[in-house]
Amino acid sequence: MNAFTHIDRRSFLVGASAGGLSLGMSLSFTGAAEAAVTMPEVNAWVVVKPDDSVVIRVVRPDMGQGSMTGLAQLVAEELECDWSKVSTEYPTPGENLARKRVWGAMNSTGSQAIRSSQDYVRRGGAAARIMLVQAAADEWKVPAAECTVEKGVISHKGSGKKTSFGKVAAAAAKIAPPDPKGIVLKDPKTWTIAGKPLKRADTIDKVTGKHSFGIDVKLPGMMIAAIRQCPVNGGKVKSFESARVEGMRGVKKVVQVGEEAVAVVADNFWNAKQAVLALPVVWDEGKSADVSSETIAAILKAGLDADEAFVGNRIGDAKEALAQPGVRKIEAVYAYPFQNHATMEPMNATALYTADKCEVWCPTQNAEAALAVTIATSGLPADKCEVYKTQLGGGFGRRGRADFVAQAILIAKQLPGTPVKLLWTREEDMTHCSYHPITQCKLTAGVDEKGNVTAWKMRISGQSIIASLAPERLENGMDPATFQGLTASAPEGAFGYNIPNVLIDHAMRNTHLTAGFWRGVNSNHNAIYVESFIDEIAHETKQDPLEFRRKLLKPKQLAVLNAVAAKAGYGKPAKGRAFGLSSMNTFGSYVAACAEVSVVDGKLTIHRIVAATDPGYIVNPALVERQVMGSFVYGLSALLYGEISVKNGAVEQTNFDTYNVMRMAEMPVVEVILAPSGGFWGGVGEPTISVAAPAVLNAIFAATGKRVRSFPLMNQDLGTV
Amino acid sequence: MATLNVNGKTMTADVDPRTPLLWVIRDSLGLTGTKYGCGIAQCGCCTVHIDGVATRSCSVPVSAAAGKKITTIEGLAIDGKLSKVQQAWVDSEVPQCGYCQSGMVMAVSALLKDKPKPTNDEIDAAITNICRCGTYQQVREAIHAAAKA
Ligand code: FES
Ligand code: FES
Repeated sequence: MNAFTHIDRRSFLVGASAGGLSLGMSLSFTGAAEAAVTMPEVNAWVVVKPDDSVVIRVVRPDMGQGSMTGLAQLVAEELECDWSKVSTEYPTPGENLARKRVWGAMNSTGSQAIRSSQDYVRRGGAAARIMLVQAAADEWKVPAAECTVEKGVISHKGSGKKTSFGKVAAAAAKIAPPDPKGIVLKDPKTWTIAGKPLKRADTIDKVTGKHSFGIDVKLPGMMIAAIRQCPVNGGKVKSFESARVEGMRGVKKVVQVGEEAVAVVADNFWNAKQAVLALPVVWDEGKSADVSSETIAAILKAGLDADEAFVGNRIGDAKEALAQPGVRKIEAVYAYPFQNHATMEPMNATALYTADKCEVWCPTQNAEAALAVTIATSGLPADKCEVYKTQLGGGFGRRGRADFVAQAILIAKQLPGTPVKLLWTREEDMTHCSYHPITQCKLTAGVDEKGNVTAWKMRISGQSIIASLAPERLENGMDPATFQGLTASAPEGAFGYNIPNVLIDHAMRNTHLTAGFWRGVNSNHNAIYVESFIDEIAHETKQDPLEFRRKLLKPKQLAVLNAVAAKAGYGKPAKGRAFGLSSMNTFGSYVAACAEVSVVDGKLTIHRIVAATDPGYIVNPALVERQVMGSFVYGLSALLYGEISVKNGAVEQTNFDTYNVMRMAEMPVVEVILAPSGGFWGGVGEPTISVAAPAVLNAIFAATGKRVRSFPLMNQDLGTV
Repeated sequence: MATLNVNGKTMTADVDPRTPLLWVIRDSLGLTGTKYGCGIAQCGCCTVHIDGVATRSCSVPVSAAAGKKITTIEGLAIDGKLSKVQQAWVDSEVPQCGYCQSGMVMAVSALLKDKPKPTNDEIDAAITNICRCGTYQQVREAIHAAAKA
């Protein structure tokens, strides 16, 4: 492996922040070269330099959620090093591949970054500690078991000898690593680095403009590309008149990108954008040119009563239970629109292609997926391709895809030897997303004379993410991810209510828009449907929503619900205020929210949210709190304003003026209860989004008597019931 | 050729005079701390100070900025010492991804010059920048901390 080239390329990017504490790319060229030459790693996770500074390598992208800090805490905890001497580094997917994926999966998606790698990163840290201690013991000719470690200092009590990690690192590197399976990890109750609210190392870079995102990549001789994709997804370029824009200021080349797009490469972004907008293009919009939100809604509506559907959860016989004499039926239909991720940094990637090498710099949530696309699109062998992950200006699931990487390479291939940075305009980003799927849902509950719920029937009709992005992962045609938070017992997310007869199924109705993973994924609309309808049943049967839930909820989910209700003062609202509740089990965690709202003359104010999460274990409480608070902004933005609509096959919203999001003035106070109960590892970044909207919707009902069943709220009149 | 005074230095760029200041700062001058988020004065990512006034640089042609004093995020710290707003941001650990934060810090710095002790309502009215990571609660806390500093 050509480590030097990789590190050289990486340091290109750091530029301004080289020598700073920039997480993930903290090594300057000289520093890296020194480490490689004189300081072999102890193992893949840990490099200790002679001055006792420690470089921890982890590979899950940090897009602000703090995974780089959290994973480093876990490694450092087992390593027993001095946290103040830790910096982090992010290996490339090429390095990972060349080393048989020693660092494991490189994706930060599905709230996986910590929970899916916590076990092996801790073992990595512990193995390095064992090797370092063994090296000291060998030097002192004492049994390793008699040595102790604290903050990177190894001591032997009997002889009074002391040394530090930096002094024995070279010897440790030569020791055979212990079998990771035999390592006993620390009891989290004894953690001193993990579990603590330690600070991120990159905050100064983020407030001085030095944090280097994909959009900031600078390479010698680099040109900038602006793209225009067919407005109708699935459509193609028929023809375009390059000559009309080739003479425009700064324009270097006009190119077609795949079948569906054209791009202009120029000396700066503004010139590229002006030219690509001026470029006359004839599109073949294809068979979806007459699709509209209305036609999509009609297809989904038909799916609500279709005979065939994929069953995600069947307990007892809901249909029969509903047909029993004396059983009262309660029914409601809901609809949830498409959403755009709208990451603050629009999609972009920089590619440099030559006949024997293809390199890509990009903000990605999955560098291995970006590398796979690089290999496929460049047509070069894997060892001639590399991807350097830059910092990400938000991800939210959108950057798990690599469509923009493929485009950058297709452009760069037409300019061999010239680095090309492709940057999407916000308008392209808004209209060519992989959208949060659109669904409708019909819910039917059966209630006996005593007010007990005997049956729960739930039909979801709408788009499948897996069918859009990874059809090979469908299971006999079914998309299991649709049932997030709705399964009978999956630890990833089970239906929270004990009801004897349950039928939850999915009539898959795909549209021509691409569906994708949008922070919170299917649990967002599933939670709205379940938690709003639970409230509807409570109201119809004249029961308090909290007491009603208490009768039906499974224990861990009930525990977080009780916690938010108690802290919020549920049951005792201030004058003019009302409370709403929701809870969910998703991404392996148990979450709940209690919203406090008022509605005056139809105007909603969300005053306060009390949120609780039980993710099993918490590696950095300060960062978890921030994830929970931020998740409410994401979830409530969608509830208040979020809707992607379709006309003549094209997305109608183009920018933040038509796809509004929440700002400071609307931000409620979010109080966070961290309630880790131990024994399992759940996710953090996404689960609480799901409870944001239903808590507010239930509070709106409590305040006004108005039950909102379609979204966003800006289209609803809350002033009339 | 545009001649600009940026962070106390005179700089020139060979661009169309209609080019938005944002792209001159980023692509011609290489000061990439100022970000692009929307291009239509909606998000605030591109906020700089022009003669001390917080301005969304995506919507100002470079010709209109000539001869004026422009400050970008890179010009806020003096001799490596963070401004009090930047320091409050570090102390409250405001940023998540960080992409919106240059604009936030610039907008808040201008606000505090006008209103050294802003109320929550004044903050809500003045700071309309978008943060998709949802750092608003930390932003508010840090503004009050900076006002006290
Ligand atoms: S980029 Fe200027 S306000 Fe959004
Ligand atoms: S910190 Fe990510 S957009 Fe604000």
